[in-house]
Amino acid sequence: MTGVSDARGRLRADLVIEYPFTRTTGPVVGAFMTGLRDGRIVGSRRADGLVFVPAAEVDPETGDAITEIVEVGSTGVIETWTWVDPPRPGSPWEEPHGLALIRLDGADTPMLHGVLVESADDMATGMRVEAVWKSERVGHITDLMGFVPEGTGQEKNGVEGAESTAEGTDETVRSIRTPMRLEYDFIPSAAAQEYLHAYADKRILGNRSPVDGAVFVPPRGVDPRHGVAATEMVELAHTGHVGNFCVTHLPIPGRDDLPTPYVSAWIHLDGADIGFLGLVAGCDLDDVRIGMRVRAVWKPEEELGATAENVLYWEPTGELDVPVERAGNQAWRGSVLGEVVEDA
Amino acid sequence: MTVGSLGELTAVLGVGQTRYQSTRGDVSIAGLVREAALRALEDASCTWADIDAVVIGKAPDFFEGLMMPELFLADALGCVGKPILRVHTAGSVGGSTALVATSLIQGRIHRRVLTLGFEKQSESNATWALSLPQPFSVSINAGAGGYFSPIIRRYMARSGAPELIGCMVAFKDRRHALRNPYAHLHQPDLTFDQVVDAPMLWDPIRFSETCPSSDGACAMVLGDEAIGDAADGPVAWVHGTATRSEANNFPGRDEVNPQASRDCAVDVFSQAGITDPRSEIDAVEMYVPFSWYEPMWLESLGFAELDRGWQMVEDGSTDIDGGDLPVNCSGGVLSSNPIGASGMIRFAEAALQVRGMAGDHQVDGARRAFGHAYGGGAQYFAMWVVGADKP
Amino acid sequence: MREVAVVSSAVHQVEALTFTTDVQLMVPLINQARDSVGLCQDEIGFTCSGSSDFLAGQGFSFVQTLDAVGAFPPIAESHVEMDGAFALYEAWVKLQIGEVDTALVYSYGKSSPGSRRDVLAVQLDPYTMTPLWPDAHSLAALQARRLLESGGVTVEELAGIAVRSQRNAVGNPNALRASADVTVDDVLAGAVVADPLRATDLSAEADGGCAVVLAAGNRARELCDRPAWIRGIDHRVDAQGLGVRDLTRSPSAALAAVRGADQAGFEAAAVDVAELHASSTAQVHLLTGELSLGDDVRIDPSGGSMAGDTLMAAGLVRIAEAARQVTSGDADRALAHASSGPCLQQNLVCLLEGE
Repeated sequence: MTGVSDARGRLRADLVIEYPFTRTTGPVVGAFMTGLRDGRIVGSRRADGLVFVPAAEVDPETGDAITEIVEVGSTGVIETWTWVDPPRPGSPWEEPHGLALIRLDGADTPMLHGVLVESADDMATGMRVEAVWKSERVGHITDLMGFVPEGTGQEKNGVEGAESTAEGTDETVRSIRTPMRLEYDFIPSAAAQEYLHAYADKRILGNRSPVDGAVFVPPRGVDPRHGVAATEMVELAHTGHVGNFCVTHLPIPGRDDLPTPYVSAWIHLDGADIGFLGLVAGCDLDDVRIGMRVRAVWKPEEELGATAENVLYWEPTGELDVPVERAGNQAWRGSVLGEVVEDA
Repeated sequence: MTVGSLGELTAVLGVGQTRYQSTRGDVSIAGLVREAALRALEDASCTWADIDAVVIGKAPDFFEGLMMPELFLADALGCVGKPILRVHTAGSVGGSTALVATSLIQGRIHRRVLTLGFEKQSESNATWALSLPQPFSVSINAGAGGYFSPIIRRYMARSGAPELIGCMVAFKDRRHALRNPYAHLHQPDLTFDQVVDAPMLWDPIRFSETCPSSDGACAMVLGDEAIGDAADGPVAWVHGTATRSEANNFPGRDEVNPQASRDCAVDVFSQAGITDPRSEIDAVEMYVPFSWYEPMWLESLGFAELDRGWQMVEDGSTDIDGGDLPVNCSGGVLSSNPIGASGMIRFAEAALQVRGMAGDHQVDGARRAFGHAYGGGAQYFAMWVVGADKP
Repeated sequence: MREVAVVSSAVHQVEALTFTTDVQLMVPLINQARDSVGLCQDEIGFTCSGSSDFLAGQGFSFVQTLDAVGAFPPIAESHVEMDGAFALYEAWVKLQIGEVDTALVYSYGKSSPGSRRDVLAVQLDPYTMTPLWPDAHSLAALQARRLLESGGVTVEELAGIAVRSQRNAVGNPNALRASADVTVDDVLAGAVVADPLRATDLSAEADGGCAVVLAAGNRARELCDRPAWIRGIDHRVDAQGLGVRDLTRSPSAALAAVRGADQAGFEAAAVDVAELHASSTAQVHLLTGELSLGDDVRIDPSGGSMAGDTLMAAGLVRIAEAARQVTSGDADRALAHASSGPCLQQNLVCLLEGE
């Protein structure tokens, strides 16, 4: 994926991590979800009679399992609350709402859920509330739309204790979907910005270690052997060799741009002392070998951006191979204090 | 050189495992970890109340989409009012978690510690979680297999090993797994030809030479010397522990035989007073997620000479039937891989061997066993040596 | 118990580290912590770090940060997906065994690329809570309201805590929120952002990192004129369900303080200064009570985490700040507190003393 520049030419990209997690519930949490699907709220009862809501599968005091399921009311009292404005991106609500710990009648512990009122002025500890249900429920905490002041539920579109519309209603709920989506600003470091902008000019930069002159591509800003900053940038040739490679037959989920099989190779550029991953193409898969000399194949000028993806792939140059024993990562013979000794 | 571990002697009192399978659809995350923990407690003849501290470990939280799960699992692991730590060292985590737990005993901080590794990978997808997008870069590495296959290619070229050594390892581990009721892959009808003919995933690694993606948990109860002495059943004594880590992708790095691996092995064998691992270790549980890592680690750890590890595979030395150094009698990572637990399973299986409790995959008369885990770009290593006798 | 001390530390916190990677952040901090006691990595016996993948949106992000240590030749090292204070605990345990004499501990957090308050919702019960996405500010607010309505604290007292933090923070280069002149009236004039909390009631979120060197026994005396000895250190966790807990209390904080005091031979209340890892003024108040800190204890001389709160490092920063108080001679005994989880679910207490 490519990024964008802001007004000052600094690169940033949206990084979205999302997945529709499927969680199997086990019997106790499953009973709670089944209850929700059926328009009921259930808790779990400990041997001494204490009722946990939502149903808890373990007693926090002893670590013992709790298995007895009991129904509790769908009305209760607010024990503490806050106001959420604006609603959080991952939440089920689209309007500002209360968020409260609500102790339902028959429960000994309060549960967290939303309170659907107009403003924080309508919220109060001690206020009695009642559940408002979605008319279509699947067995999920969001089958509850939220809670409203007791007596006002009918106005809210949900129906108290409505029949479940889920298929197979005699079966217990065993799993739930809990999608997660987190968004991040991905902003490359200053050194990385320089490296990426250079790519836009079809230049490939690396870092030189201040300790012994070893050249790292991409520039990492540090020599990892010594834990010291590496700030000197050097420009590298667009040619090199395959230090090692992998022929991938198993596709990465969601990557239609990368049809299998493909060759990912450790490209050792001339003048660099470590490799980086690049696609090798422009030849038969079977021809790819350690030591094969390659050169960069760039995107057309009009498609260039500030990204390493400017290099579409690496193709064989047809020159004599680098001998296998000299290809790829080599025992480092450079000395400290900047004196670089050539490989024997 | 120190013979015997420093500090308080540590005993493995109990081991508990879940059946490893691709989806444990019958339990919640809490249910999964409790299953292993309760079995370990029962094996150790103790209850939640006897445990002083809990150390859990697992791989990236993106696998389950649950950040810092020690917080959610405090109740489930009987840990309210107690200390809980959560270790994360990539693939080696199960091993390093056991080592953190061991250090609590060695340092005389606690007397009985529950340690556990788990992964409920079915809640997402392992390849997705291992290949998260990276803007501005060329993201083409397809998971762990994509990373390790070039390294294996190097080993094959360097050692001159016959092409099918990897298949032999895979076939052996899957046969071993048939003797382990907990193992994920049970393939009683598998033939060697089927292993060879399986499709390539990341050349030269075939589908048949690759670990599965498993849900599962593994737990151990550790105790100090007095508690170990008082135990009803057999215990395993810790003879040596070591971790080593090294940076990734730098000039001069030997990726096939990382120095961190060699140094870690030298350290742990030195602590255990072992000078000839091949003859002094009776059973090995090593972390082999892709078949070729068996000969590679045999060399790196000092069980075989460089470039000769594959001969041990070829001549059957690592087979439970007839081999003098059985490796992964449990079926290994190749047969079960809940990533966060796999390292701990290796450590726990080593303990089961010297306790004589490995059932149908017991190595007769095993007195000393070796547990091994690795992670990251083959840069994190955790190892232990356990024995039936005190060090 | 083997004598172990904090002999050096390095801290850096700012509002946002936009163009700096975790590695670039940590290279100078780790080098500074080691250099100030004249140690190179080869001489460090054990290294331990704390960080979270979720902050960066990158699995295994801590692997890259190992670059900052110079981990070659290979090192004995481990990592917790927790605040660095817990990494320090693990290192302290390692030193107790006697095999090594020095340890390097580091942690960092760069939460500015994401929405920290929303990322933290993923720490909760994944079945019944996270799908409602209760963000961290909302949870802090629920706890604060419980405290206010139980009569445990007043809004003015909370404002006073905010003022104290800002005034103490003056001169602290790692504080984001510092003011010599701010008054309770100024604070109360601010808008409520997470009812009943104002922006000044919530800790100032920061990016940053921290590195600490520990040493044992005479090694510590060789490296540092006045080591900050760890006389007691303990951590505990409470139940995970918010409904199960009394949000006006944090039993794990109290218990960790008691256990730490047993080791130290002096009570938490007997310290000169205390650095608290709280994400709200209400939590500062709650902890002051749980740790029995009287008026004679100077609380948060650095401004505390209220003045600069780096997720995953704030606890380690508290230990570093408390240790500095001791090493500089400003205090003879100090308490450093670290927390994790919603509403102070998990707590670590470290009792430090100068010789």
